[in-house]
Amino acid sequence: MLKPGSRLKSATCDTEVMVIRCDADAIECGGVPMGEARPADPVAMDPAHAAGTLTGKRYINSDGTCELLCVKAGRGSLSIGGHALAVKEAKPLPASD
Amino acid sequence: MKISLLLEMAADAAPDRVALVCNGQRWTYAELLDTARRAATLIRESGVKYVSLLDESSEAAVIALFGAAIAGVPYCPLNYRLADADLSALLGRISPALIVGDSKRVARIAAAQGHRACSREQFVALSREAAASSEDESSDEDASVAVQLFTSGTTAAPKAAILRHANLLGYILNSVEFAAAGEDEASLVVVPPYHIAGISALMSSIYAGRRIVLLPAFSPAEWLSLIEAEKVTNAFVVPTMLTRIIDAMEAGTRADISSLRAIAYGGGKMPLEVIRKALALFPSVDFTNAYGLTETSSTIALLGPEDHRTAFASDDPAVQARLGSLGKPLPSVEIEIRGEDGAVLPPHETGEIYVRGEQVSGEYREKSALNEQGWFATRDAGYMDEGGYLFLSGRADDVIVRGGENISPGEIEEVLLAHPAIADACACAVPSIEWGEAIGVAVVVKQGHDTPGETELKELIRGRLRSSRVPDIIAFLDALPYNEMGKLLRREVKAMLSG
Repeated sequence: MLKPGSRLKSATCDTEVMVIRCDADAIECGGVPMGEARPADPVAMDPAHAAGTLTGKRYINSDGTCELLCVKAGRGSLSIGGHALAVKEAKPLPASD
Repeated sequence: MKISLLLEMAADAAPDRVALVCNGQRWTYAELLDTARRAATLIRESGVKYVSLLDESSEAAVIALFGAAIAGVPYCPLNYRLADADLSALLGRISPALIVGDSKRVARIAAAQGHRACSREQFVALSREAAASSEDESSDEDASVAVQLFTSGTTAAPKAAILRHANLLGYILNSVEFAAAGEDEASLVVVPPYHIAGISALMSSIYAGRRIVLLPAFSPAEWLSLIEAEKVTNAFVVPTMLTRIIDAMEAGTRADISSLRAIAYGGGKMPLEVIRKALALFPSVDFTNAYGLTETSSTIALLGPEDHRTAFASDDPAVQARLGSLGKPLPSVEIEIRGEDGAVLPPHETGEIYVRGEQVSGEYREKSALNEQGWFATRDAGYMDEGGYLFLSGRADDVIVRGGENISPGEIEEVLLAHPAIADACACAVPSIEWGEAIGVAVVVKQGHDTPGETELKELIRGRLRSSRVPDIIAFLDALPYNEMGKLLRREVKAMLSG
């Protein structure tokens, strides 16, 4: 389980995420587990997880137990145990302030 | 994570896009972030416990808000309209602080408190000269205090409400879509910087990528001309501002406001007559009523554009009535109406509004007001209809208890406001030997109308409500007292009627 509000960095690209909620113990980006710090040298990306991330999008697993906010975009894509996370559809609210 | 994340994300995604327009100057997201990071160094090196703003809105408010966040110091903007003695007392509660704005006044009224004060221009210049601060990666950062606001104290001495990074981030991340605004979108911000709506407007516009156009001091003519000059698409107003804008337009003030797509309003009760007029006057504009409190990081419920149009066009009285409602809770908060015993009340029964959610701090410097289950009792009285629309009756403390019967001032005021000659009305409790409390009302007669007789008004209330709602005292005033956010100062009316 990852602490809500914690920030994880990709070992393979620029991607950074903030944990909204997550009952898994690890998240991968570009097929490689993310960590609190970026390694000095980038790790090679798994081409199967190279679709990229977009800043401001929320990513979610199939049963909704894990949700992440991408705070910095990168070339890798997010997965848990090899299963790709999907972009969560936003329900727009009118601007109120 | 801290609120500075919002500006970091915007600057990362669109560094060269214009973020802010103020007094003719333009700032990009990258410039704002860079200056805020340098301001953080200035703040850290000055060793203060707070960063305060004693000034109207300007770029300094944005730089101070995010600079303080990066430095890990609470940001506490103050109301520059306060009298010297009141302001000095508040300054004493945040000592030592770096105060941006009226440094002469700080020297005059708080010389011995150990503050460091500088003008808006000095603050921006000193920040630009400082070294850029690296990110502060302390482990407990989301639990630290981002903003401290002194409540307006319409009922008692000001309380120091605190909003943690997690509360404010929760509000923005749950209610605003990142970079959703087109490059042509601009938001006109006229709410004072020491008000929660003035702070949330900066954060939500930056996160949405919507250019902020600051209007430091409101006047209807300035508001209209800035919309034309900056092609403003969105605006937030308090009810008194909307009334004055409509009056100015009806009196012949002209501007090309065809760029305007949406107006949000809040901060006080919007008279039905005013919103009806606005809907007729701006048929293509989307109206949103936002309800929130300082302690809830701004909006917790809103009545959206479709609800406004449906209610405006409906023949069904229950649907029409929703034009006067606060709308529905945000998806990320829970709202309940509870009776005095704490039990949740059924639709249409008036009780106290309770709220729970990530954005709800419900916390003061002295103590947390959240109950064990995380609910915050707002002290606002209200009810919900069967469709889940929330209606505000007034402050729970304003309820009149006449002979053991609870009477909401709002129900009496609505009846009075329906009278063609009444422009404004306030009902409040006055001391009564017979009943404990009786009802006093102050009314303002519309220009060009004859003053209605007291008997006529009493009969109107007796006929529409019942005899227990009939006031003992009726006073005719030239105007009711409001604060600058359009909040009716009931305690002043009460003092006047009780005296």
